[in-house]
Amino acid sequence: MNKKILSAVVGIAAVAGMGASAASAATLDDVKAKGFVQCGVSTGLAGFSAPNDAGDWSGIDVDLCRGIAAAVFGDATAVKFSPLSAKERFTALQSGEIDVLSRNTTWTMSRDTQLGLNFAGVNYYDGQGFMVRKSLGVNSALQLSGASVCVQTGTTTELNLTDYFKANDMTYNPVVFEKLEEVNAAYDANRCDVYTTDQSGLYSIRLGLSAPDEHMVLPEVISKEPLGPVVRQGDDQWFNIVKWVHNAMLNAEEMGITSANVDEMANSTDPNVMRLLGKEGTFGEGIGLGNDWAYNVIKEVGNYGEVFEANVGASTPLGIARGVNALWSKGGLQYAPPLR
Amino acid sequence: MAHQTGVSADADDAGRVSLMNDPKARGLVFQALLIIAVIFLVYSGVSNAIDNLARAGIASGLGFFGERAGFDIGQSFIPYTNDSTYLRAFFVGLLNTMVVAIIGIFLATVIGFIVGLARLSKNYLVQKFATVYVETLRNIPLLLQLLFWYKAVLSILPSPRAVGLEPGVEVVFNLNNRGLYMPRIVPEGGAQFILFAFIIAVVAWFFIGRWAKKRQMATGQQFPVFLTGLALVIALPLLTFLVTGMPMSLEYASLQGFNMVGGWVIQPEFMALLLGLSLYTASFIAEIVRAGILAVSHGQSEAAFALGLRPNLTSRLVVVPQAMRVIIPPLTSQFLNLTKNSSLAVAIGYPDLVSIFGGTVLNQTGQAVEVISITMLVYLTLSLLTSAFMNWFNSSVALVER
Ligand SMILES: N[C@@H](CCC(=O)N[C@@H](CS)C(=O)NCC(=O)O)C(=O)O
Repeated sequence: MNKKILSAVVGIAAVAGMGASAASAATLDDVKAKGFVQCGVSTGLAGFSAPNDAGDWSGIDVDLCRGIAAAVFGDATAVKFSPLSAKERFTALQSGEIDVLSRNTTWTMSRDTQLGLNFAGVNYYDGQGFMVRKSLGVNSALQLSGASVCVQTGTTTELNLTDYFKANDMTYNPVVFEKLEEVNAAYDANRCDVYTTDQSGLYSIRLGLSAPDEHMVLPEVISKEPLGPVVRQGDDQWFNIVKWVHNAMLNAEEMGITSANVDEMANSTDPNVMRLLGKEGTFGEGIGLGNDWAYNVIKEVGNYGEVFEANVGASTPLGIARGVNALWSKGGLQYAPPLR
Repeated sequence: MAHQTGVSADADDAGRVSLMNDPKARGLVFQALLIIAVIFLVYSGVSNAIDNLARAGIASGLGFFGERAGFDIGQSFIPYTNDSTYLRAFFVGLLNTMVVAIIGIFLATVIGFIVGLARLSKNYLVQKFATVYVETLRNIPLLLQLLFWYKAVLSILPSPRAVGLEPGVEVVFNLNNRGLYMPRIVPEGGAQFILFAFIIAVVAWFFIGRWAKKRQMATGQQFPVFLTGLALVIALPLLTFLVTGMPMSLEYASLQGFNMVGGWVIQPEFMALLLGLSLYTASFIAEIVRAGILAVSHGQSEAAFALGLRPNLTSRLVVVPQAMRVIIPPLTSQFLNLTKNSSLAVAIGYPDLVSIFGGTVLNQTGQAVEVISITMLVYLTLSLLTSAFMNWFNSSVALVER
C-alpha cells in the first residue's frame, strides 16, 4: 500500500512540476547547443523544398534555412529538415520540434495572431490558382461551376476556394486530402476536374503528373499568398535572426553582391557594402551573431536573386519569371529595410 | 500509538479492530485519497495547459464552435453550407464517421459469418477460398488496403464525361469515378404515412414473433413468423403508398457540365472506405466465428441428432446459441476496431470526423489541444456506447443456465 501511495505522489509531483518549467527558452542558445538548425519544410514541392534521390534538400525555402545556418554557424550544411504536411506544420513549430518553419506558408492575420507565431518576412509573393486538363476546354476559372476540386487540408487554399466560388455564385464539389501525394494522385486519376493551390505550387505539381503537357494553369489568381518563414512568438532574438537573414539576401542582390564576388566585394569602400559584410559597425553582435554573419550567408548560399534563379527561375524546369518577386528597384515587391 | 492501546484494551473482544486496521475503512480512505489525487491531476493538467497556451500566445477556449466555418464539405447527411458554424461541421463529420462505421459493422459481420462458416465447410474449394481470404486480408495493413481500394475504384471507373452520357439526359443508374448515381426518392405530402405503415409492420412482426414463441411453448405448434413478417413489412407500406395516392417521385441524375447533377450519389471515397473496412474486419470476424463454433463440443450436435433434430435446426437451436457466448465478446472488440479504424478515412479523402474536425477545423482555428481532446472524447464515447450495447445484447442471448 505505502509503495503505491508513494508512487502516486511522485507521479502527481512530476506532472504538476512539468508545467512550471515549460517557459520559452532562447532558440539561438538551443540551436548552438545542438549544433544545427531544425527546419520545417514541405514533404516535397520542387523548387521550394524537395529532396533529391540522395536525400539532399533543395529549393528556395530550403536555402533560407541554409542561410540561417550559415549566419549562426558559418556552415550552411548545419541544418536538419523535417518534412511536414500543411496540417502538421504549425503544431510542429509551436511544440518546439522545429526551430523555424520555411514551408510555403501564407502569412495571414489569424496565423500571425492566434497561433503564438510570428512571420519573419515574405520570401515569395504568390497567389492561388487553378489547374485543369486541357481537354476540358476551359480557359477561365469562371467556367468551373459544378466541378470537382481537389485540395489539401489545413491550407488557406481550402478557404479561398470557398470564398471564390461563393462570390461568383458557382458551385463545386470539394475532395479534400491531407497529404500532398494523395491530392496529386487523385487529380491524376481524374477524380477531380480541378486542382487548386498556390500558383507556384501548381507549376511544381504539374511537372510531377503523369502527362504534364495535358494540364494547364488557368490565368486567374484568386488570392494573395505571401509565403514566408515563421518562428515562435516570444523569442525576439531568433525572430530577428530569421528576418535579417532574408533581408540580407535581398540587400545583397540589390547591391550586386553574389556568392561568386563576395570576397572581392569585401574590399569595397562603399559603406553600405561594408556594413552588410561586417567590415563596419557591429550589426552581428546586435542579434547575437558574429559580424561576418551576412558574409557567410551570401558566400555559402547566395543572394535572393541567385537562389530564385537556381531553384525556380527561367533556367529550371519550373521556369517561373521574377514578376512580383523582382526587387522593388526592378518593379517588383521584394524590398528589404536597409542595414543601418 | 493509538492502535496499540486500542488493541490491548479490547484484546479479548475478537470481533472489533481499530479503525486503522480495519481493511474496509482503510480501503475507503485510500480510495478517497486516490480520487482526490486524480481530480488534482486532471485539474493541474488542464490549468497548466491553459497557462502554457496563454503564455505562448495561442488562442484557447471553446468559443470557436459558434463561429462561421467558411469551408465546404463533400458529403453531408445534414444541411450544411460554408456559412454554418464549426459546431455543425463537427456534427457533419461525426455523422459521416457513424454512418460508415454502422454500415461497415453490418457488412463486416455478414461477410465475417459467411467466411467463418465457409472455413468449416467440407467443400474443399469453399474452405480453401475462405482460408486464403482470411490469411491475405488480415495480414496486410489496413491503410494499404484502403489506398488499394481507392486506387482500384478510381482507376477502373471512367470519368463522367467518358461514359457516353448525353448532357442533360436523365439516367436511372450510372457508375463513374465521381460515384454511383441512383434515383433519389423525393417525398411529397402524405409520404410520412408510408413510414408509419413500415414502423407498424415492424412492430407487428416483433409481437407476432413473441406470440408464436409462446404458442409453440404451450402447444408445440409452429407458425411461419418470418414469412408473415416479411409479407407485412412489404405489403403494409405498399398498400399505404397506393391508398395515399403515390405521394413520392423519383429524381434522376443527369450529366451537366463537369459532373452528374441530381439523384442520389454514393461517392468513391465512401465506397472505398466501406469496402476496405468491412473486408478487413470481416477477416478477423471470420476467425472469431470459426473459433466460436469449434468451441461447441461435438457431443452437443450428436446429442441433437440423436434427438432427431435436422442439421439445420441443430445448428440454429443448439450450436449457434452456444457459439454466440464465445463469439460476442471478441466480436465487440472488432466493432470497436472498425469504428476507430474509420479514422484512416482522411487518407482517401472521405470527410469523416478526423478529416473535417481534427483536420480542417483544427487548422483554421489553430486550437489543437481542444480539437484533439474533443475528437478523442468522441471516439471514447462511441466505443463505450458500442460496448454497452454489445453487453446488453450478450446478456440477452446468454444461455439461461439451469
Ligand atoms: N500557402 C498555403 C498552401 C500551402 C500548401 O500547403 N500547399 C500545398 C500544395 S502546393 C503544399 O505545399 N503541400 C506540400 C506538402 O504537404 O508537403 C498555406 O500556407 O496554407
